[in-house]
Amino acid sequence: MKGTKGFQQIVLGGVGGQGVLFITKILAGVAMEKGQPVLVSETHGMAQRGGIVVSHLKVGDFKSPLIRPGTADVLLSFHPESVLNHSHFLKEEGKVIANDEGGEEFSINATGLAIEMGSPIAANLILLGYALSKKVLFCDLEEVEKYLRTQVKGNIETNVKALKFGFERGSA
Amino acid sequence: MNNKKLLLGNEAIAYGLLAAGCSAITSYPGTPASEILSSVAKLKQENQLRIHVEWSINEKVAFETALANSYAGKRSAVAMKQVGLNVAMDPLMSAAYTGIRGAMVVVVADDPGPHSSQTEQDTRFFAMAAKVPVFDPVSPEDCFSLVREALEVSESFEIPVIFRPTTRVSHARQDVAVPEKVEISIKPAVFEKEPTRWAATPKFRFLLHRALNRKLEEIAGLDKFRPYELNPGTESGAKTCILGSGVVLTYAWEVMRDLGLLGKIPIYRAPMPFPLNRGFGNFILETYDRILVLEETYPVLEYQLRDRERVFGRLSGTVPEEGELLPELVEDIVVKFFELPPTGRPVPGEAPPRRPTLCPGCPHRASFYALRKVFRKAIYPGDIGCYTLGLNLNAVDTVLCMGAAISQAAGFYHAFKHNSPEDTPEIAATIGDSTFFHSGIPALANAVVEGARFVLLILDNSTTAMTGNQPTPATGKRASGEISAKTVSIPRLVEACGVEFIRESDPYDLKGFIKTLKEARGFTRNPDGGIAVVIAKHPCLMDKTYQSRMKRLRVRVTDKCKSCHYCIDHFECPALTEAGDGKSVTIDYSICTGCGVCVSVCPKKAIVAD
Repeated sequence: MKGTKGFQQIVLGGVGGQGVLFITKILAGVAMEKGQPVLVSETHGMAQRGGIVVSHLKVGDFKSPLIRPGTADVLLSFHPESVLNHSHFLKEEGKVIANDEGGEEFSINATGLAIEMGSPIAANLILLGYALSKKVLFCDLEEVEKYLRTQVKGNIETNVKALKFGFERGSA
Repeated sequence: MNNKKLLLGNEAIAYGLLAAGCSAITSYPGTPASEILSSVAKLKQENQLRIHVEWSINEKVAFETALANSYAGKRSAVAMKQVGLNVAMDPLMSAAYTGIRGAMVVVVADDPGPHSSQTEQDTRFFAMAAKVPVFDPVSPEDCFSLVREALEVSESFEIPVIFRPTTRVSHARQDVAVPEKVEISIKPAVFEKEPTRWAATPKFRFLLHRALNRKLEEIAGLDKFRPYELNPGTESGAKTCILGSGVVLTYAWEVMRDLGLLGKIPIYRAPMPFPLNRGFGNFILETYDRILVLEETYPVLEYQLRDRERVFGRLSGTVPEEGELLPELVEDIVVKFFELPPTGRPVPGEAPPRRPTLCPGCPHRASFYALRKVFRKAIYPGDIGCYTLGLNLNAVDTVLCMGAAISQAAGFYHAFKHNSPEDTPEIAATIGDSTFFHSGIPALANAVVEGARFVLLILDNSTTAMTGNQPTPATGKRASGEISAKTVSIPRLVEACGVEFIRESDPYDLKGFIKTLKEARGFTRNPDGGIAVVIAKHPCLMDKTYQSRMKRLRVRVTDKCKSCHYCIDHFECPALTEAGDGKSVTIDYSICTGCGVCVSVCPKKAIVAD
């Protein structure tokens, strides 16, 4: 059996403190702006203390907040270990977007680039920008940028810069 | 006007409670329930509502405070995690008999798995035990509307009701249509004296019990909460069906869709699993030959269907008897039940395990390190909170339930007191400040009077850290942000319990802290001594008000480092890592907080701070 009918299912995996939840909320918000129903499942509690953090994001016609192994369209992997931890959620033709030095079809050293950029915490947005350049997500760069500019508090320019930086790296 | 917001299940519950006109909402924090009250407090501020919102000292107090609001004819809610209901069970059992005047919903979040709890108990069973109705939401959207319907039932039948989300509902997010502005019209409080209810003696309790049974019978007859089909319009003549309640049905719906069975097999959802609608129980047994029951975590619906031949669930072994019913597990159960060919599915990879640890800079780490330095072979009774992670530092031997560290320390003392001195271990217990307030105080008074001897370390970080930094009575902060003029002092409470050795010490000053612990140990050995209490006082680093004023040091490892890894093995700060070459230790500056405690930990004095 191949995949769940619906629209798009995305697994976001990392460790506590990497801003996995932040990216999940951005994507969920963008989906809502597009008029799509959204379901998200997130990690709270003790696991947040440096443990494995994983979000499930489902855009479209779904009822369950959880993704079943073998049915996800995309894995956004924020930590090198996350690919191993979560790739079983992907369906056969599912895509991995990895914060890693290589090894996957779509890899980018987002952590290193974020340090180069002078804002280490922006690695999550670099990875998101990179994923957008690979056209594997339900939304595009313009939609995410607009959302960042209008709906997200914090340093808008740094956020947008990181997003575009990742996008350009992926488009090059 | 309604607009769609991306809401956590717990936030949707908060909106629902306010939309239903609750005027008193109380809670004690606990995963996965904590965000209910914090969301209510936020909405109270944003909409300037004249309601009472409080973080109570424990769940029993929270329950009774909200209950009185309902005795006064108003609508109330109390929120807690499932093990919190164990603490509030005493008032719940009795309040089921007395009933209420306004409305009262007891929101209890269950944690199948369990993910963040000591049990995976099913609150629906507690509802059966107390004889009150229970509602089981399937999604954040459902939370918003169902909690209001639960309050309507409560008010119509003058009975407290339970609303039971699970982790996957409380911590799911969904686009939910909620009012732009929250408005509440609240009627004035009126308390009508009625001693035969509010102060009933045993003779009247019997009558109240009879009245409670009548209420339940009527509620079981309500067609509004009769289980309904999630997939109406299935082909007629089906002899098999699924019945369930809660989020597991959303997994079942997707699995059945993917298997192409959605148009063939009815999936019945019970929004109120207890009392199960009377007519429905007969209907389902008359209509179907095989009924698969999917529910978390105990067989509550299954028990209510009086047929063990045709009902399949946890009792029949069709569904595992313990654990969360994840979507993949539901798929396996369904595939087997309908005798379909097994579906192949990728299996998880084996990444190295990652255990949760105390945060970098956490003052508890310093406290546990010091405790291990002073007590090398003690029994370490522990308690519930972030500091349960003292396990990693071998400084926690027991974790039972809130407040048990103190009573268990006393119990261990009495268990060993007739042993020979060489077979009598020392006892060093740890408890957090919020947990001490929650249920440590009676245990300490009791231990003092019974002559126990042990060292009690109260880890006072001025907050309830694990659940998201809710205030404690010592801070005087209230849920909606205002500061009370009155606070409660931990040292004075400890003194009032009869403890004669009380010291406050900052664990960041590791040497001074170790010295204090040694004095405390001395007091427990002194012929005139007894229980010694050390209050480890340092704010939680997750507390945003502390982050800005914290003094941060620049810590570095010098070439004196002999790669003994003592700091990594015994202090376990995530910011101290191996360089990777098997040689010296390095500091991960992306997470180092600059607390500088590791400077005193290194036996070679190789870590310095400028």
